[in-house]
Amino acid sequence: MSSVYDNYKAVIGLEVHAQMLTKSKAFSADVNEYGGIPNTHISEISLGHPGTLPRINKSQIEFAIKLGLACNCKITEENRFSRKNYFYADLPKGYQITQFDTPICTEGSVEIETKSGGKKSIGLTRIHMEEDSGKSIHDQDPYSSLVDLNRAGVPLVEIVSEPEIESGEEAYQYLMEIRKLVRYLEICDGNMEEGSLRCDANISVMKKVATEFGQKVEVKNMNSIRNVQRAIEHEITRQIDVLEKGGIIDHETRTFDAASGITFGMRSKEEANDYRFFPEPDLLPYWVTQKEIDGIKTTMPPLPNELKKKYVSELGLSEYDAGNLTESKPIALYFEELIKQTNNHKAATNWLMGEVKSYLNTNGIGIEEFPLKPKTIANLIQLIDENKVSNSVASQKIFPLLIENPNKTAEEIAIENNLMQENDNDALSGFIDQALAKYPEKVEEYKSGKKGLVGLFMGEVMKLSKGKADPKKANQILREKLEA
Amino acid sequence: MNTFQAFKSDLNAGKTSCVETTTNFIDKIKSNAHLNAFLEIFETTALQQAALVDQKIKEGKGGKLAGMVIGIKDNICYINHKVSASSKILENFESLFSATAINRLLQEDAIIIGRLNCDEFAMGSSNENSAFGPVKNPLDTSKVPGGSSGGSAAAVAAGLCHAALGSDTGGSIRQPASFCGVVGLKPSYGRISRYGLIAYGSSLDQIGPLTNSVDDAALLLEVMGGPDGMDTTAFQEPIENLFPLQEGSSPKNIVFLGDAVNHPNTDPEIVSKTKGLAEKLETLGHHVSFKSFDLIDHLVPAYNVISNAEASSNLSRYDGVHYGYRSKDATDMETTYFKSRSEGFGWEVKRRIMLGSFVLSAGYYDAYFSKAQKVRRLIQDYTNKLFEDADFVIYPTTPNTAFEIGAKTDPIEMYLQDIFTVHANLAGNPCISLPLYRHSNGLPYGMQVMANHYKEKDLLNFSNFLIHTV
Repeated sequence: MSSVYDNYKAVIGLEVHAQMLTKSKAFSADVNEYGGIPNTHISEISLGHPGTLPRINKSQIEFAIKLGLACNCKITEENRFSRKNYFYADLPKGYQITQFDTPICTEGSVEIETKSGGKKSIGLTRIHMEEDSGKSIHDQDPYSSLVDLNRAGVPLVEIVSEPEIESGEEAYQYLMEIRKLVRYLEICDGNMEEGSLRCDANISVMKKVATEFGQKVEVKNMNSIRNVQRAIEHEITRQIDVLEKGGIIDHETRTFDAASGITFGMRSKEEANDYRFFPEPDLLPYWVTQKEIDGIKTTMPPLPNELKKKYVSELGLSEYDAGNLTESKPIALYFEELIKQTNNHKAATNWLMGEVKSYLNTNGIGIEEFPLKPKTIANLIQLIDENKVSNSVASQKIFPLLIENPNKTAEEIAIENNLMQENDNDALSGFIDQALAKYPEKVEEYKSGKKGLVGLFMGEVMKLSKGKADPKKANQILREKLEA
Repeated sequence: MNTFQAFKSDLNAGKTSCVETTTNFIDKIKSNAHLNAFLEIFETTALQQAALVDQKIKEGKGGKLAGMVIGIKDNICYINHKVSASSKILENFESLFSATAINRLLQEDAIIIGRLNCDEFAMGSSNENSAFGPVKNPLDTSKVPGGSSGGSAAAVAAGLCHAALGSDTGGSIRQPASFCGVVGLKPSYGRISRYGLIAYGSSLDQIGPLTNSVDDAALLLEVMGGPDGMDTTAFQEPIENLFPLQEGSSPKNIVFLGDAVNHPNTDPEIVSKTKGLAEKLETLGHHVSFKSFDLIDHLVPAYNVISNAEASSNLSRYDGVHYGYRSKDATDMETTYFKSRSEGFGWEVKRRIMLGSFVLSAGYYDAYFSKAQKVRRLIQDYTNKLFEDADFVIYPTTPNTAFEIGAKTDPIEMYLQDIFTVHANLAGNPCISLPLYRHSNGLPYGMQVMANHYKEKDLLNFSNFLIHTV
């Protein structure tokens, strides 16, 4: 059934701010750390005291270039800084140092997966560097607003997408991809709740048959990736409803209320600031050389998409498995180590995404804290492949014991605990004879056609062998004896 | 004469000590309080430093400036001392750090005696824009000392210290030096770190010395100049040894700018003395030529647009929120800004903030700010071309001698006081005003000598020759 909503399409561009994990601030030596006692990560420079000057922290340039390279951007050679002038209590200089006409990266793209399972490339207009403001706190003192300048001067990159996102779902995928990238690159911790990753959305709707874009609305204050999706979905519906009722869309900035899931008007664009951008006279342009870019390239970690492609095409894993393995960098790096130690890539995937992941989840830890080295897991896989232990013994008995004794090998654990599979035909025959002797009437029933009873004998064999019987071999000998 | 060199011979002869000299200066500052040159005497710290330096001298460990008593313009930061830029908005503000220039002076055992009155935020040409009252010219107290470093020039001229620091954005060292009859040096842009100088026009600002001799200027530049990690716009090459200066001068190529010398605004006596200087230099064997300077009437407008634009942004931080003056009537963020800034800034500062905001605003940026930047580039190109042949360019520093306090009420007329000085700031060249002449009205006036970028050594050597020859 078609609805009026199907007559429209949405045009969405996202502006993402990512706080860079440099040791010091963008334009001073003040420490860059989240939180801290208010107004302790400061000096006269962060405070914007008279007579102070900024100086460029080169790490932020390196970080921005890394992101640009990961998104296939052009890197700008001459980087100028500008001042964006506006008054706010948490902006100590009365202006923000930013890049205006020479963003460090231009013309890149980010690939996302669409709902239908296809791929879509979202273009990036620019990535530029700028400094963060401090924080205004309005809810801690009944009479005054408080200002914390620990964040003032923290380096940011702003990633501006082309208006090529068409739904809340795509925005969600895009942000997940951006977050994955900055985490792989270790340039930002990607935490939207703490504000180290922030997103504003420019949203408009237009009739599918229309040729001109609709009036765009900027939506702010969405503090999770899921909320960005919700806000966009709500805003698209709201705009279509307004248009269908014959209304017009105001040029305005709206805020998202997560509790109610709706957006509210904050201010009209007519009241907007004139930022009076002009070149920052306190900083010389920063020239990025090809040598510098080449140097940064050598320090680039493997990127999720490259790894994913490799796992599918070279290792023969499914898209699904490859996607799971590359979702987070530490898991991917663990897997990279693991496949250096074993050629059984499928088993490696299953172990990592199965037992290992569930252990991590149960204990609420990351793989960085996982006690077993990839080599230990590889050794366990080898024992299984060589039929020395069964899969179930490996996962139910050896794996937990290994975690308690992470310095031992799987083989040592198996031997010490007498868990090596019984492959000795005589021993197996012994267990089978015992099992058959225990249930003579069942043997008769089997022989008269009740073939399902083989499970009963197998269970008895496993019990007698304390689980060490190689089930395949035991089954074979059992049948031989029963059929004889 | 009240120079550091003279003091040093007295000191070496055992005729005085740092403590005695500092005490004498403090007394003299107090007895000259009517000049309103000093806003504050750093009595305790100056005397402590003097005693320390006396001790170091006794141990043979005195630095290059051991015992030099220096007053600093009230826009240069000195840790744990007040700095107000002569503005109510920073009244009683104490700096948390010292300017690089101050640290370097102290490392060589200078004694910082106090802070000197100036035009508010260094905006002015007469020192009448101070929130703490005008400075009087010690040579005629009915006259202005010039500005904005009027307190610095007056203090040096009146013998209240050996030397003073000023800052020069459009002539603020050289013009008062000219009006008060002292030496005023604006080094190349970036030669002395701006870290700790309260910004006015960041792309033009430069700290420099006002002294009673070229020797002292050279010594001070040698100490303060050179690269600084805290100011990335500072020139990255180390500064050469400038002191002692050479005697005499080999023949030089000297350019006089005809359009400046013959400018209709210039006092005829100054015009004729400038021409006389050209002739004299020629007879002394120098190669003198007159060149045209079509851009001369664009200098002040371009300077005003750029300096005001930068100032409008640089002064945004004085908002009543974090430090400095906050209006008692402020009730919320908006009234904190409006009232604190309206009450805290003086009229000239407000005028320049308004002008600067205007020329940067959407719709006017291209017509004013971009245009002014282009004019600046033309001036720089022209100047660089001049120095392909010339060793020095000579100008009168000011079109007239010091004027009556309160005489100039039209801001445009006041801005035109800077007509000959802004050139060096727009182009970034080093330029010195030398107290070569005394007008028939009894007041001094200076001649400025400009050199190519970073050629301070040549400039100071030639200045030494000029001051002893003319």
